[in-house]
Amino acid sequence: MRSLDFYGYRRENNRVGIRNHVVVLPLDDLSNAAAEAVANNIKGTLALPHAYGRLQFGEDLELHFRTLIGTGSNPNVAACIVIGIEPSWTGRVTDGIASTGKPVAGFSIEGNGDISTIAAASHKAREFVQWASEKQRALCHVQELFVSTKCGESDTTSGLASCPTVGNLIDKIDPLRATTCFGETSELTGAEAVCASRAASKEVAEEFWQIFNQYQDVINRYKTNDLSESQPTKGNIAGGLTTIEEKAFGNLQKIGKKTKFIDVLKPAEAPTKGAGLYFMDTSSAAAECVTLQAAAGFVVHLFPTGQGNIIGNPIEPVIKLTANPKTARTMPEHIDLDVSGILKREMTLDEAGDKLIDIMIRTCNGRLTCAEALGHREFVMTKLYQSA
Amino acid sequence: MAIDFIVHDKADNVGVVVVENVQAGKTLSGWIMETNETVALPALDVVPLGHKIALANLQKDSTILKYGHDVGRTVAEIGAGRHVHTHNLKTRRW
Repeated sequence: MRSLDFYGYRRENNRVGIRNHVVVLPLDDLSNAAAEAVANNIKGTLALPHAYGRLQFGEDLELHFRTLIGTGSNPNVAACIVIGIEPSWTGRVTDGIASTGKPVAGFSIEGNGDISTIAAASHKAREFVQWASEKQRALCHVQELFVSTKCGESDTTSGLASCPTVGNLIDKIDPLRATTCFGETSELTGAEAVCASRAASKEVAEEFWQIFNQYQDVINRYKTNDLSESQPTKGNIAGGLTTIEEKAFGNLQKIGKKTKFIDVLKPAEAPTKGAGLYFMDTSSAAAECVTLQAAAGFVVHLFPTGQGNIIGNPIEPVIKLTANPKTARTMPEHIDLDVSGILKREMTLDEAGDKLIDIMIRTCNGRLTCAEALGHREFVMTKLYQSA
Repeated sequence: MAIDFIVHDKADNVGVVVVENVQAGKTLSGWIMETNETVALPALDVVPLGHKIALANLQKDSTILKYGHDVGRTVAEIGAGRHVHTHNLKTRRW
């Protein structure tokens, strides 16, 4: 196994990032146009348009703020511009991000109009991007690395080889005190008891059961059939997966054979119990899940795919691996690591895990992932229920 | 010998085809990962890459085991060597 040191960006709060983005973050749907205009004016900035932020309330509104503040606070972000329709909620987001110590500035549109707001925000964005461009990478260690995982368009090769490859990596970096995260609450259905047995304590297992059962209640409340049109997906079924139980056991291979999870996180909640594996309550839709994990502060993502999910994330690089030889052959521009050799017995799982560590560390050092090179920037907020 | 299908656990009653172009009548070579054993099985159906093949004769309403665990119930009789998928296997959930 190679050295797990890497060159990252050490931020004001001592967290380590592997990218150096200057983000233009809209508070709400109305502010997308201004945010995109600023990003168009100032090269090297990144707008993150999204669909929500108006008339939300309760836990759903808390999640909205947690996701935006967490995204701006992620160590892969050097500095952040926030634009909202009015100053109060805009200020709540800028204050939240400012608590990390990083440069952040908020602008609101009411009483100013788009054009003046875009001009003022563009001046600030130019300052931020020039400041950020002088930041240097420094030597960092694996215990400072936050790694998340989720799989997508899985097929049976995912459970046989690509998910176990991630599990092999998790089992290797967990003793080295990395911080890691898995989620996909609904996609553990069928394997939930095995998942609960991987909790580090009885209390953590009880928290997991509570979250799992809540999600089952949501599905039972809204379902109109046995979900055979959505879970497994059409792609899963084309790839040979037949039932949610079969999909779940393949999914769970990502947490390895021995690593225990030490805490249960709400969606987009940052870990607070130190190094170790965390379970986060998330949807199993790829972009929603990765957006929540990035908002919780995870900086690099491992994404096994079978049939060829093409997802990326604007701030958290997504490394894609597949064990499906056909996917590796027909969609090579999306695949960072081909582990199909496991199925031909040309590569052991242990060798595949080492190769994944190698590509992960190279990505941390600055190598662009396939999804980054292709411009995949799926930023998808999770909405819990209707707005008021 | 090249492997045509893989079985996760010794207890499983299905394997996963890992090569393209499996035709009915072909005798397949399987690898049981848990025990590192090799087994032979004649395919009775066309089974696409990634799809499951029955390792034993299975009655209707029996349990399909994969990863050593229950992954659903059969809704038809399935002979050894047959394709196992949505036409003869259903979830027990939702």
